[in-house]
Amino acid sequence: MADTPRILPDEVQRLTLQAPLPLDCGTELPDVQIAYETWGELNADKSNVILVCHALTGDQFAASPNPVTGRPPWWPRLIGPGLPLDTDRFHIIATNVLGGCMGTTGPASNAPDGKPYATRFPVITVADMVRAQRAVIAALGIEALFAVVGGSLGGMQALEWAAQAPEQVFAAVPIATTARHSAQNIAFYEVGRQAIMADPDWCDGDYIAQSRQPQRGLAIARMAAHITYLSEEGLKQKFDRGLQDRDTASFSFDADFQVESYLRHQGRSFVERFDANSYLYITRAVDYFDLAGAHGGRLADAFKDSPTRFCVITFDSDWHYPPADGREIARALTAAGAEASYIEVETDKGHDAFFLEEPRFEAALAGFLNAAAEQRGLGA
Amino acid sequence: MTRADHLAIASRVPERARVLDVGSGDGSLLALLKETRGVDARGLELTGEGVAACLARGLPVIQGDADEDLEIFPDDRFDVAIMSKAIQEIRRPQHVLQELSRVAPDVIISFRNYGQWRRRLSLLVSGRMPAPRQGGWHDAEALHPSTAADMADLAESLGLKLEAAAAVSGPRVGTFRAGGLTRLNWAAEDVILHLRRA
Repeated sequence: MADTPRILPDEVQRLTLQAPLPLDCGTELPDVQIAYETWGELNADKSNVILVCHALTGDQFAASPNPVTGRPPWWPRLIGPGLPLDTDRFHIIATNVLGGCMGTTGPASNAPDGKPYATRFPVITVADMVRAQRAVIAALGIEALFAVVGGSLGGMQALEWAAQAPEQVFAAVPIATTARHSAQNIAFYEVGRQAIMADPDWCDGDYIAQSRQPQRGLAIARMAAHITYLSEEGLKQKFDRGLQDRDTASFSFDADFQVESYLRHQGRSFVERFDANSYLYITRAVDYFDLAGAHGGRLADAFKDSPTRFCVITFDSDWHYPPADGREIARALTAAGAEASYIEVETDKGHDAFFLEEPRFEAALAGFLNAAAEQRGLGA
Repeated sequence: MTRADHLAIASRVPERARVLDVGSGDGSLLALLKETRGVDARGLELTGEGVAACLARGLPVIQGDADEDLEIFPDDRFDVAIMSKAIQEIRRPQHVLQELSRVAPDVIISFRNYGQWRRRLSLLVSGRMPAPRQGGWHDAEALHPSTAADMADLAESLGLKLEAAAAVSGPRVGTFRAGGLTRLNWAAEDVILHLRRA
């Protein structure tokens, strides 16, 4: 079995935060490194920055191939010359989230004692991830973002940015996301975490030091979560009850069905690129995300008199973060007096639609960013 | 091409007002108001197609249903709430009119006037309901056929005063007048009512 790749020091671009990072859990993290990528020129007054935030298992390679895994960029449809996140016009920054495993400090990184943090890594939150990004932006000499854009966990970060630093966010685009991770979603992620921790190769989290990898557990975690990223209709369209490389059922526990084969493939390819402890920590951060809870139970209070303009985008077949969650965000923003747009895109592609070809989604995003850029004086 | 009724509605909207257009469609009225009146524009639109078109024009818009979603807007969030050619096509016109007047002191609505003499005559002579804007009486859009006088009565019952009314006949829009509703109810194909919370 292949080892989960650990990132070598010079493999990806990163910077080290000068000050220890304070965390919601009460401790602080020293010597935090954040891996990041950029595309497009930064303008003279540094006013054209769009921060792109990745989803749960994503990374900073939004618009160029990942040199470590060889995987293609995950948002090539949206970032590039003439695309909605136009690199002829905007300076795009994407960071690997705190707790991640593509060069940013996470549980697979070495602690000050020279050994991997493993489960000694503190439990982090989405707010901590955003604090880390704010430190990066400051280190790069950028005072404010033109926009923060992201789907799923990336959308949570967009909301958190607007709540934490309203004056630093001119526009925010939370996509296929929620302000409050649901019990159903916590349940799915708990299944995944338990699968990882039940794998004997997890070694109480200490698998790196013991040169092992809980690949079976991590693959199952990915399989369970992946189901929630697809719609029932999408699965039906793609696989229905189709058999894989056979004409009749085998009366065994082989992957008879195409959908089984597909999920097994998703699980297998995931373990080659993702660290199991990172998965535990990041899903935990997502579970803890409750922006209303953090503001006295009233979501609108997170955005009171916010100067940010928002474009909330949902997909109607998304049952991971259903449209009702997006409407709730738009409603709270409106109640708070913020300028909010809301669009529910019709698709059978489920939660993962924001990675795929969705012309109306792309047109809405482009229209919103264009208008905001004009308001920001970024020209055409 | 700018629709005559849009220009007429725009003439009732003060400069730099905060405007909500309910059923904003592709955003053409809001775009006109932004351009000619410098308003702070906001749309509420049911269709994804319309919402995408509004966003493409740079207009803030919320995808939602007039019958259900006006409640998201705080009291007096706007100076003017507009509903152009939609109030007869929703499930709860009374509720929606009340909501419009909650979110803005000034309400402008335009709709088809089934009191027009041709339509009255048509029903009398043919024994068949005058057609709604599109399709027949059975279509989903044709929920609440009403006359200008009906609508004025409803508005009054909700504590709204008729500020002014104008007739729209084809591409022609008449002058806004405070009175003369009876004549309008007889002659106008479509009407625009400017209502104000009393």
